[in-house]
Amino acid sequence: MNAPRFAFLSRLLHWLMAAMILAMLFIGIGMVSSLADYHWLLSIHRPLGIAILALAALRLVNRQLNPPPPLPADMPRAIRLAAHASHVALYALMFAVPLVGWAMLSAGGYPVVLYGTLQLPPILPLDVALYAVLRTAHTVLAFALFAVFLLHLAAALMHALVFRDGVLESMASLRPGRGGQG
Amino acid sequence: MNPPLPPSSRYRLWPPRPALLAGLGATGLVLGVTAGAFAYAGGFLSPGRLTQTRIVDRFEAINGLHPGFRRNHAKGVCVTGTFESNGAGARLSRAGVFAPGTVPVVGRFAVGIGKPFLPDNETEVRSLALSFRPAGGEEWRTGMNDIPVFPVNTPQGFYALMAASAADPATGKPDPARLKAFLDAHPESARALGLIKARAVSSGFADARYNGLDAFRFIDAAGRSTPVRWSMVPLDPVVAQAPPPAGARDPNYLFDDLIARMATGPLRYRLVVTAAAPGDPTDDATVAWPEGREQVDAGTLTLDHVEAEGPGNCRDINYDPLVLPDGIAPSDDPLPAARSAAYSVSFTRRAGEEKTPSEVTVPPRPPGAASSETPRPATGG
Repeated sequence: MNAPRFAFLSRLLHWLMAAMILAMLFIGIGMVSSLADYHWLLSIHRPLGIAILALAALRLVNRQLNPPPPLPADMPRAIRLAAHASHVALYALMFAVPLVGWAMLSAGGYPVVLYGTLQLPPILPLDVALYAVLRTAHTVLAFALFAVFLLHLAAALMHALVFRDGVLESMASLRPGRGGQG
Repeated sequence: MNPPLPPSSRYRLWPPRPALLAGLGATGLVLGVTAGAFAYAGGFLSPGRLTQTRIVDRFEAINGLHPGFRRNHAKGVCVTGTFESNGAGARLSRAGVFAPGTVPVVGRFAVGIGKPFLPDNETEVRSLALSFRPAGGEEWRTGMNDIPVFPVNTPQGFYALMAASAADPATGKPDPARLKAFLDAHPESARALGLIKARAVSSGFADARYNGLDAFRFIDAAGRSTPVRWSMVPLDPVVAQAPPPAGARDPNYLFDDLIARMATGPLRYRLVVTAAAPGDPTDDATVAWPEGREQVDAGTLTLDHVEAEGPGNCRDINYDPLVLPDGIAPSDDPLPAARSAAYSVSFTRRAGEEKTPSEVTVPPRPPGAASSETPRPATGG
């Protein structure tokens, strides 16, 4: 059987970002409630967030070049809609959470240190009232991203364990190429 | 032997098949474990854990809520000026601020308590916070106090001391029994508080010596790490404090004296970096390093402008002690990370609150007096 698969680059980006985003969510929730680990977690949080932002942009381009394989033809409309909506939400949050983080540090007057002498410029002028709003937004959006991630994980398991329709395999395959040619 | 399901029915959830129930169960289990791990990481399952939120909550419980103000060191005034590096610090740290040259500085003098309207004579600790802003370089923020050692060496000790030294609502004074219980449990704090009480207190902000207290590491160009502490040592002659009789002076006498002193000319301090010898503790801010350690005079801080807290000046800076340039790094001292974490909570809360003008105001200076000032650095970004 040679079922349709995501392009190899798409699969690589997906699993790389899955690990990074999951790590990021745990680092984020962990550092705001830890005194001892706050600083070193934050020093990972900033560059990792910017890396996710850059990879999200790369992934959006790749999605145009390598469109996802078609969903199974017999998939009900409701599941199709849910799949589409959750992916729009995932992409939107992959951009929004790091961008709001960067904007928040800018408005709060913090230097955006990545590593060593490597820094990013501010993308907003100093405005602490705006900082407070963005700081809250960063948390709310991150919780939303975790919620959508859980839905995504649940859907992947349902496809694999209940529907058994090859949707997880189209992303989880280690084989080269896109399949579906015969 | 069941016949294979037709393809279109594999999405059917009713009537439930055994595979559906097993799949749902496994999915629920994985989701539950993931969400549980997330809740654990966020401290939701450990209500006893000391967090930055709890520390700031305790500040508010003890001092009352003063919207818009820092939760500690709430009463302060903004200053600006320059740091002129003589290049001597570059031997220990590759940070740009120690290369020979001049760097703009935005600072803040404050008294170490979370009540923004408290009369100065009811305060005990004076502080100087600084942000060094080399053009195109990396910022360095530091907060220093006019005490020789810090009263605690862990965030847990700090949290306990806050409770033990808080005024008893019945008497308006700390409960001696609680304070004694704390000091018995924390001999390091008993020693440190003895040193703090015995220190020579200067007459005001201008002639105080401000000590960084926490140990950091300087990293030189070759990557060599040296544990250090730093101090700002006043060039004004130190005059011993003569405590004003209660009610005899204005409630803001410390700040008003500072403003009057700055009207006569800039304040200057030497940045003195003390390098630890092998074996000196870097993880215990209650212990001073022995006399005779190598000291490096890294340059001169000049503060020539003072103004009340307001939008865009020192009011809007979080003097997070871990905003550090490349070349300065944390040590194993647990306090800077805890301060960094708690300052972030304090900053986020006050940033979103309505602002009340500071108790400390600066009268306008006569025309022409401003001509000697260096250009004020921008405080944004």
